[in-house]
Amino acid sequence: MTTQAKPEEASSAGSGGDKPFLSVRDLSVRFSTEDGVVRAVDNLSFDVSPGTTLGIVGESGSGKSVTNLAVLGLHNPDRTEITGSIKLDGQELVGASNRELEKLRGKTMSMIFQDPLTALSPYHTIGKQIGETFRKHTGASKKESRDRAIEMLTRVGIPQPTTRVDDYPHQFSGGMRQRAMIAMSLVCDPKLVIADEPTTALDVTVQAQILDLLKDLQQEMGTAIILITHDLGVVARTAQNIMVMYAGRAVERGTVREVLKTPQHPYTWGLLSSMPSLTGDVDVPLRPVRGTPPSLINLPTGCPFNPRCDFTEQVIGGGCTSERPPLAPATGPAAACHLSAAQRQDIFIDQIKPRLG
Amino acid sequence: MSNELTLQKPSGAAAGSGAPLLSIKGVEKHFPVLDGFLFKRQVGAVHAVDGVDLEVFGSESVGLVGESGCGKSTLGRLVTRLLEPTGGEIRYNGQDITHASRKELAPIRSEIQMIFQDPYSSLNPRHTVGAIIGAPMEINGINPKGGVQRRVQELLETVGLNPEHYNRFPHEFSGGQRQRIGVARALSLNPKLIVADEPVSALDVSIQAQVVNLLQELQRELGIAFLFIAHDLSVVRHFSQRVAVMYLGKIVEIADRKSLYEAPRHPYTHALLSAVPEADPDDNRERIRLTGDVPSPLNPPSGCRFRTRCWKAQEKCSVEEPPLVQLSGNVAGHLTACHFPEEGSTAAVPEPRAEV
Repeated sequence: MTTQAKPEEASSAGSGGDKPFLSVRDLSVRFSTEDGVVRAVDNLSFDVSPGTTLGIVGESGSGKSVTNLAVLGLHNPDRTEITGSIKLDGQELVGASNRELEKLRGKTMSMIFQDPLTALSPYHTIGKQIGETFRKHTGASKKESRDRAIEMLTRVGIPQPTTRVDDYPHQFSGGMRQRAMIAMSLVCDPKLVIADEPTTALDVTVQAQILDLLKDLQQEMGTAIILITHDLGVVARTAQNIMVMYAGRAVERGTVREVLKTPQHPYTWGLLSSMPSLTGDVDVPLRPVRGTPPSLINLPTGCPFNPRCDFTEQVIGGGCTSERPPLAPATGPAAACHLSAAQRQDIFIDQIKPRLG
Repeated sequence: MSNELTLQKPSGAAAGSGAPLLSIKGVEKHFPVLDGFLFKRQVGAVHAVDGVDLEVFGSESVGLVGESGCGKSTLGRLVTRLLEPTGGEIRYNGQDITHASRKELAPIRSEIQMIFQDPYSSLNPRHTVGAIIGAPMEINGINPKGGVQRRVQELLETVGLNPEHYNRFPHEFSGGQRQRIGVARALSLNPKLIVADEPVSALDVSIQAQVVNLLQELQRELGIAFLFIAHDLSVVRHFSQRVAVMYLGKIVEIADRKSLYEAPRHPYTHALLSAVPEADPDDNRERIRLTGDVPSPLNPPSGCRFRTRCWKAQEKCSVEEPPLVQLSGNVAGHLTACHFPEEGSTAAVPEPRAEV
């Protein structure tokens, strides 16, 4: 494990004017397996400012969850090689000891998991599980932590919190369990919350409730949120910035409006046009991205998206199979594609936009 | 798509006219809840499906949407008769199959097939793809021209897989490819009706679109009727000509796709539609925040079942159950079960994105 040689404090690629709370630079995560080295995350950089939400979008296996487990330091150090820099409020997390990370986890940064039924222990009451984090970090008594748990349950909108605090997870419905998860992750007022597909297991009506709740809590407490999802609709409703990931790399970055209204990367075009909408034409077939995502052990050379891309022939010089495009420009909206900006704009207006209806 | 397919066109009439292929009347399924030691007594029943009327015509696709626990999957299993209904009547092609025995069902089973949700658990990991797709033919003693293997390879080609992968095992395929195997298996007996239970919800967006396109292509070219069960309203809209909305074991609204999505009359349909997030930052639809969860089907609310979460509920709703009828101002076939229906003009879906 190596930390980056020169600390790049100067590169403030943050979205707003204020200093980013979390700053990730050139992060790479590799796992050694029997079949070879899995390059789960490759050279990834992003920032999250306080009070804003970054949506990370991508298919399964694109490295979304791996990135965030690296931020939390939850990878097994024996099998994982993490390089680059992760700075949380100025503190370097890559190479930090487990004791240091333990002090941060739950207090400064916390996580909301996808499936609340497997993330909650069936053996302990909801109140005990919420209070545990609080006791550990503040040294509160059992009574105080129980009171805190009730306060948190009230805040996330669980009816009759004084009695529900002694219930077990199986006595809660799916939506209520996810609320309890949120209560648990917010119990120490963390500055950074990572929500990994928080609503994927839920129905649309409950999903809307949970997203509204996260938004309200963010406004109240000024938390920075990383929202990992595969649903562009969820991102459009909650996030300010989007990063689209493909095969462990960021392929597009920008504000919600930039990425959803004027997407630059062929993969983002594919994602947007493969989604059926509530208003689009019904008699035309959907436009899926052809093929399947690549294996992370044996990535295609050059741009990892080139086997599925429809526009490789239009690249002048044909660098798609030989050279990996960088995410450029370094700040603001960016896309990792060999097509020139003018070409991308022409293709988007002529071919992609009409499809989106 | 291979043109050598030897599927006979269904003899039934086109959608909307003639006798329905499948007709369900007042179907109920109650799962008993047992209690007691040694001698089990029934202490209650889960009213999973509680009086559903539905018709599916030949070569038509009917969508069934609702939240989890509303009974849509149970209804799908009743139609394929994997479950026996507690009450009501199921007719397939005019024939009553409500309580038909296994033997009586045998010829019909080959015409009604199912595609399951989870492509990982619905394929036997110890069987080759060839064995999985060929199994229905073997069980029904069908020997197609050119042998089973040839037919299986033909089917693999139809669903867009390499016919040479006949001898591979399911774990060698990705999620989207496995779902294609499931589709090929459902097609192997030339079915007339396919019940697809959440066929794409386990797949990634880009792969989901591939499978939806495949199903749509098959439906058009082979004229198979579909009962398409899903919770994703945009996918259902894309795939189905008629859509039924279920809530707690009952159909609350059913209509053709245009009037359901553009002029929903039931408050629940309206709320569901307004909760669907669209990938558009300018989407400023009025959102209806439904509070709470679906009530327990063990003890459903009296009267209208939606009244506990409905913002329009009045005294009448708790006393009298609203019938599923055609309201004034609705087109034919648009049925709603509500005492105080919405205007229908409320823009539940966003305005089509303006061209800039």
